Amino acid sequence: MSASFALNAALLACLSVLIATFAAPFFQAKHQIQRSLLCALLAASGLFAVIAGFSGLLSGGGSIALPLGLPWLPMHLRLDALGSFFLLVIGSLVLPVAIYSQGYLSHEKHLTPIAIFLPLFVLGMMGVVLSDDAFTFMLFWELMSVSSYFLVTHEHRHPENRKAGFIYLLMAHMAGLLIMGSFATLYAASGSFEFSAMREVEISPLWASVAFLLAGFGFGTKAGVVPMHGWLPEAHPVAPSNVSALMSGIMLKVAIFGFIRITWDLMGSGDFQWWWGALVLAAGSSSAVSGVLMALQQHDLKRLLAYHSIENIGIILIGLGLGMLLAQTGHPMLAALGLIAALYHTINHALFKGLLFMGAGAVLHKTGTRNMEMMGGLIHRMPWTAALFLVACISISALPPFNGFVSEWLTFQTALMAPQLGGALLTAIVPFSAAMLALAGALAATCFVKVFGVVFLGHARSDAVANAKEIDGWMKVGMLIPALCCLLLGLLPGLFIPLLDRVPQALLHTSILSSLNTASWIWLTPIDAAHASYSAPLSLIGMLVLGGLVFWWLHPKGTTIRRSKMWSCGNPHTHARMQYNATSFSQPLRRIFMGLYQPEEHEHIERHQHKLLTTRVKYIVHVSDMAVKHLYQPIGHFTLWLAKMIRHEHQRGIHAYLAYTFATVLFLLAVFT
Amino acid sequence: MTSFFFQLLQALLMVVLAPIAAGFVATTKARLQNRCGASIMQPWRDIRKLFSKEVVLAEHASWIFRFTPYVVFTATVMAASVVPSLLLDTPLSLTADVIALVALLALARFFLSLAGMDIGTAFGGMGASREMTFSALAEPAMLMSVFVLSLGAHSTNLTTMIAHTLSTPLLIQPSIAFALVAMLMIAIVETGRIPIDNPTTHLELTMIHEAMLLEYSGRHLALMEWASMVKLLLFATLIIDLFFPWGIGGDVNLLTIGLALAIWLAKLMVLFVVLAMIEISIAKLRMFEVPQYLGTAFVLAFLGLIIHYMLEVTV
Repeated sequence: MSASFALNAALLACLSVLIATFAAPFFQAKHQIQRSLLCALLAASGLFAVIAGFSGLLSGGGSIALPLGLPWLPMHLRLDALGSFFLLVIGSLVLPVAIYSQGYLSHEKHLTPIAIFLPLFVLGMMGVVLSDDAFTFMLFWELMSVSSYFLVTHEHRHPENRKAGFIYLLMAHMAGLLIMGSFATLYAASGSFEFSAMREVEISPLWASVAFLLAGFGFGTKAGVVPMHGWLPEAHPVAPSNVSALMSGIMLKVAIFGFIRITWDLMGSGDFQWWWGALVLAAGSSSAVSGVLMALQQHDLKRLLAYHSIENIGIILIGLGLGMLLAQTGHPMLAALGLIAALYHTINHALFKGLLFMGAGAVLHKTGTRNMEMMGGLIHRMPWTAALFLVACISISALPPFNGFVSEWLTFQTALMAPQLGGALLTAIVPFSAAMLALAGALAATCFVKVFGVVFLGHARSDAVANAKEIDGWMKVGMLIPALCCLLLGLLPGLFIPLLDRVPQALLHTSILSSLNTASWIWLTPIDAAHASYSAPLSLIGMLVLGGLVFWWLHPKGTTIRRSKMWSCGNPHTHARMQYNATSFSQPLRRIFMGLYQPEEHEHIERHQHKLLTTRVKYIVHVSDMAVKHLYQPIGHFTLWLAKMIRHEHQRGIHAYLAYTFATVLFLLAVFT
Repeated sequence: MTSFFFQLLQALLMVVLAPIAAGFVATTKARLQNRCGASIMQPWRDIRKLFSKEVVLAEHASWIFRFTPYVVFTATVMAASVVPSLLLDTPLSLTADVIALVALLALARFFLSLAGMDIGTAFGGMGASREMTFSALAEPAMLMSVFVLSLGAHSTNLTTMIAHTLSTPLLIQPSIAFALVAMLMIAIVETGRIPIDNPTTHLELTMIHEAMLLEYSGRHLALMEWASMVKLLLFATLIIDLFFPWGIGGDVNLLTIGLALAIWLAKLMVLFVVLAMIEISIAKLRMFEVPQYLGTAFVLAFLGLIIHYMLEVTV
């Protein structure tokens, strides 16, 4: 009974967004109604998805075959534990973003494209999670990619947005092709598009590796794993902020979902080979560190956040890779812990990255700029935005008592509990990934001190920022929900992990519940209390009591605070541009990691007659993405060169074309008979 | 219940003793330099004086600036309270393991750096930038060197790790030697001592920690200074706990606790004399030599990990 309840809720979620898409064109003239309808239906869809996710995790899902699609292949939909969890992730961000959009889109002139493609985009993501055959999966996957392309190029009047959209579409389709190749491999083995048949079939190690590699590169491109991340820092900044919140918060997670679905579910942990886990771990470690290093050098707020998505995908992959290694070497309990750490970080990142993009959108909406060098002092003008943004900054920096810390803590525990796995490479890669995780976490904290310090603290660096206004109630509520979720997930992991545990129960047939101290929700003890324990509620209470006592003791009656001018070394003329800005804050790191960044620096000094009489100094520094410079551009140049080489072949007569056809037919006959 | 009570007492002792420890280092330094030096109670007197002074805030300081001293102080004291100094088995040590301890210190640093940027002076931003840059390299190195011991003990709980060290026969393990050297190097960075930073410096272009505190006054400044003293004592105790735990009290009775206290103080004195000797014999590093120093610490700690996996794990 309740099995179908979860699935029905999920179908309702899909139906709401479908209605939103089809209703949008009818209200083109009435912006108010169009916007309210869009946001209400999106919010309903998010709510249904949350309900479906929770009830699917608690009491199991169900499956259904809709008579849609190809005549011999109805559309198979199924809600299992993995799908339920990702539906929960999707719903928990779609709901607040829908509320936020009600305020954010209030001044949007061209609403209709958003009103059509935003619900389609959400439908695509939900459909991928629900699909139970390869055909349906690819259908919804492409729906997600294509509709998000139209959202990325929403402001298509700027040429750089069109360029970003093109790169995005190109790489999304390359990814789609690879994923299709992976499904084709599995189809060849099982003879059926249905996932249930793919799960049953035994696949040879060689073909399993082919399917793994295709899936890994395909989903890795979509998730933004280094070095396939090139589209991500281009596409996320130019999309409207509510869309970037969804793209960064959940679309990347849908790619992670696809990867788990194919490797952990369809092929199964029995098929894992030792180098799979090592490869995922290496990809995760390099993404985590290079993502955050690139983020540190950005001064476009949304671009910076986009690079942080790469970092967080890396952290998720570290958890997954550890899980794969441990599952393959016969430690299912620890593998389950690694998987749970990865899933926990998945929902955490969805929440705090969604919140960060919404905050960046709020700032962009009120100041009209994404350039951090123009901002400053916004905490006085936009106190709500600042406080909520701070919550997200602390969460993403993996600091207690918020949620980012819990998932990184779990990942560390998995790495530390891993026994010696045998082989020099495996022996070295586990501690190496732990080291990279620690480095990425610490660098992320550095980066978010820079973000919050430069954007919200200090003095305003431009007039638009100095006169910014606070956001409206809708946007506040939209940002408040994920902020509260960040705190709750940080304080009460003991309550949430039993829910997550359904996923390894289904995929690995093990549970960590017996070792998790379920008797008391205060403690988080993944193996047992003697190994490792952490109690967020107790440490928060301890800090509150202690802080309260100190405050009470230091504030006897009658003490006042005197306000005075800031101390400026005796110089009466201070200027907002004398502050440290985003570029100067990251200067030490630029110097330390000079070899990695290879910054292009230009210094221009104007002098008045004598070389000591400097009148004006101009310093320009540009750090370009190494992957783009050394991987994408050569590939692009090679493709153009190749096209040039075979260009004249196009201009032959009809007999040449007939010869091509003949040769192709001969080749195909030779291969496939 | 008694162990709970003793844990609170132990935490309180750390907090009260911290300024005296800082005073001890300063006095030892003075004596080694043939100066007379102030009494070891001087930091206590400074703090008391600051508490009674008025607070002067910059005109547009936000709530972050006023909130930070409390966060920094409570997070540091919270971290200090889970580090066993006298008693091994303390119930609240389970609240936060070593990773959480490092994260609590990182939380304090996060807010400290934000406060540095809040006023909008160049000094504050400079301090924040340097502090966060160096700690971004120091923190992973510290975690790595702690992990060397965690791997041996199969635990990240300090109590279990100390118990493991106490129960294993005294052998010099190469991995732990690496971890110790790395940890000592990191402790100097994290507590802002020479050759990385100088706690007695004001208004130098090379200052790090002090640059963020420039705008603080009165009780806010007192809390910040006190927190950094607690941090010094915390790191010394942590090094003792991880590498030389022999002598820590096993059960709750006055004799063992008294003995543990004496042994702990003696070990602290040795460490602080070593620190003072380092401080008077080495000049401060140039700002851009610090990353090399930190890189060395990181590599040493990582080598410790690898050596542990390669040589010492018995399957």
